[in-house]
Amino acid sequence: MKRKLALSAVLIASGFAFSTSAMAETPSATMLAYTCVGCHGTNGNSNGPATPSLAGASKDYFIEIMGYYASGERASTIMGRIAKGYTKEEIEAMAGFFSKQKFVPAKGQKFDAKLVKKGAKLHKKYCEKCHEDGGSSSEDDAGILAGQWAPYLKYTLADMMAGKSHMSKKMKKKLNKLHKKAGDAGIEQLLHYYASKK
Amino acid sequence: MSNFTRRKFLKVTGVAAAASSALAFSSFAIGGAKKKVVIVGGGIGGATAAKYLRMMDSSIEVTLIEANKDYYTCFMSNEVLGGDRSIDSIRFGYTGLAGHGVTVVHDWVSGIDADKRVVTTKGGKSFPYDRCIVSPGVDFKWDAIEGYDEKVAEKIPHAWKAGSQTVTLRKQLEAMRDGGTVLIVPPPNPFRCPPGPYERASQIAHYLKNNKPKSKVIILDPKDKFSKFGLFMDGWKRHYGYGTGNSLITWVSGADGGAVEAVDAKTMTVQAAVEEFKADVINIIPAQKAGKIAFAAGLTNDKGWCPINGKTFESTVHKNIHVIGDSAIASPLPKSGYAANSEAKVCAAAIVALLNGGKAPQPSYVNTCYSIIAPGDGISVAMVYAYKDGKIIKVKGSGGLTPSEFDPDMRAREVLYAHSWFNNITADVFG
Repeated sequence: MKRKLALSAVLIASGFAFSTSAMAETPSATMLAYTCVGCHGTNGNSNGPATPSLAGASKDYFIEIMGYYASGERASTIMGRIAKGYTKEEIEAMAGFFSKQKFVPAKGQKFDAKLVKKGAKLHKKYCEKCHEDGGSSSEDDAGILAGQWAPYLKYTLADMMAGKSHMSKKMKKKLNKLHKKAGDAGIEQLLHYYASKK
Repeated sequence: MSNFTRRKFLKVTGVAAAASSALAFSSFAIGGAKKKVVIVGGGIGGATAAKYLRMMDSSIEVTLIEANKDYYTCFMSNEVLGGDRSIDSIRFGYTGLAGHGVTVVHDWVSGIDADKRVVTTKGGKSFPYDRCIVSPGVDFKWDAIEGYDEKVAEKIPHAWKAGSQTVTLRKQLEAMRDGGTVLIVPPPNPFRCPPGPYERASQIAHYLKNNKPKSKVIILDPKDKFSKFGLFMDGWKRHYGYGTGNSLITWVSGADGGAVEAVDAKTMTVQAAVEEFKADVINIIPAQKAGKIAFAAGLTNDKGWCPINGKTFESTVHKNIHVIGDSAIASPLPKSGYAANSEAKVCAAAIVALLNGGKAPQPSYVNTCYSIIAPGDGISVAMVYAYKDGKIIKVKGSGGLTPSEFDPDMRAREVLYAHSWFNNITADVFG
């Protein structure tokens, strides 16, 4: 027992070295994820103002989105070019790394309290069913919305509504309903609501 | 004893370790078995390596030796020249690294003894190491252009190491009359930040357009092509009238006589291959080579750069010394800030493994680089790299440039992502 303790202390201290020793060609999850964080922030928590945080994203969600970037089914500036550079195994490894990191909500985002109130209602009615806990949950492979960088959410929604990015049937239905009812102003209110979440 | 790895220690003294508690084990570590890594240079490569070594294995003693108390990033310094960013916003200190348990020493490294494994400083101190990382950035070939040297650079700045040089150039632009000429002289390949001189021309043109519209930027280039060529040309046409008789920017290629042979600081005249150019502000970015200490330590090849093993970044000249960042020959990885950050992590992972008696892990690298042509018009280049058959290679099908077809919405996003890139990489390096 004591030996186990001593050894595990070594393992934790040099986890990087040990986790990779068994790998032949595919780099370790840490090795791969460390190439992302120069843009997405150490451990996947972005300092903004636009690049999204990856920390806390569910594994399946991460894999799915990277797949859409690589295939061109999700519009992007740069991610399409980057996503094409990895194998399935590599994407899965990265997904595993980021799913284990703790999501830290974006700091210093501005929001209008009146819009937040309206946005909260819209979220509850149209989004909460999948994006639980006010959009802060990543359970059932939902993207984390609460405390995510607002410009990223805005671009993503705009691309989805323009048909440039893939969206599930369920989401399409809900988003169209929301937009019909509340218009572009409704989208803005929703963004203020997510920005207000700390 | 310095070669004695902790894994070996466990094997040899397994019984003792088993008998003792975890606490006793760590107290032994404090007693003298700690591995030492000394890092020379606190730029993007060195600072990243220091932080990530400590994140990966907090039992390693990491000392970072850097002459300056502050670091000014070269990336985004062109926005300072354009006037949209303050010099303070590109200044970073070393307290973040200290927070990770890195010992930061402000001194000038004068020598590295590869046999004795000791780094010595001007301040008269010695730092023994198990592994050393050298990340000195670039040095200039001062003899490449007649009349240009370190002293003249105070009047005719290079501004290719950010800080006071950036401020000097900005002040000269501010003081210049409307109708003045700004000369930019980019270096021959290879050099730090390949798209940098052309982003600089863009940013200066952006400043002149709004403040001194009768002025001109002339680029005297020894080359016939450069990074993001088509995207810059297109952007210059849209923003600065490039190609018209009234263009804010003129680019003279090497084939057209752009190579500069001499400069006269007194008359502010530049002698290019064909013509002579007179200017109000001159920015000469000299030809480059590995940083001074790389030469002093004998880490360079006949071309003036440091050959390395792409899996570990260990020098192929001296064992136990690793070279990262602009000084290293890591092609196809470019000499960029993001590449230095990526190389540092690969190098740190290799060192942690090797110091613990393991094998260097399979690497993965990325480069991402943004240029801002004008406010709301950003472009980028990206690439994923892998290690195969003893070489760093570009991953087929990945990477490339911003699409050439102009999309104002996407270009505006690229600017916001460029600024996010800046915030995140600087936090990843110094935070």
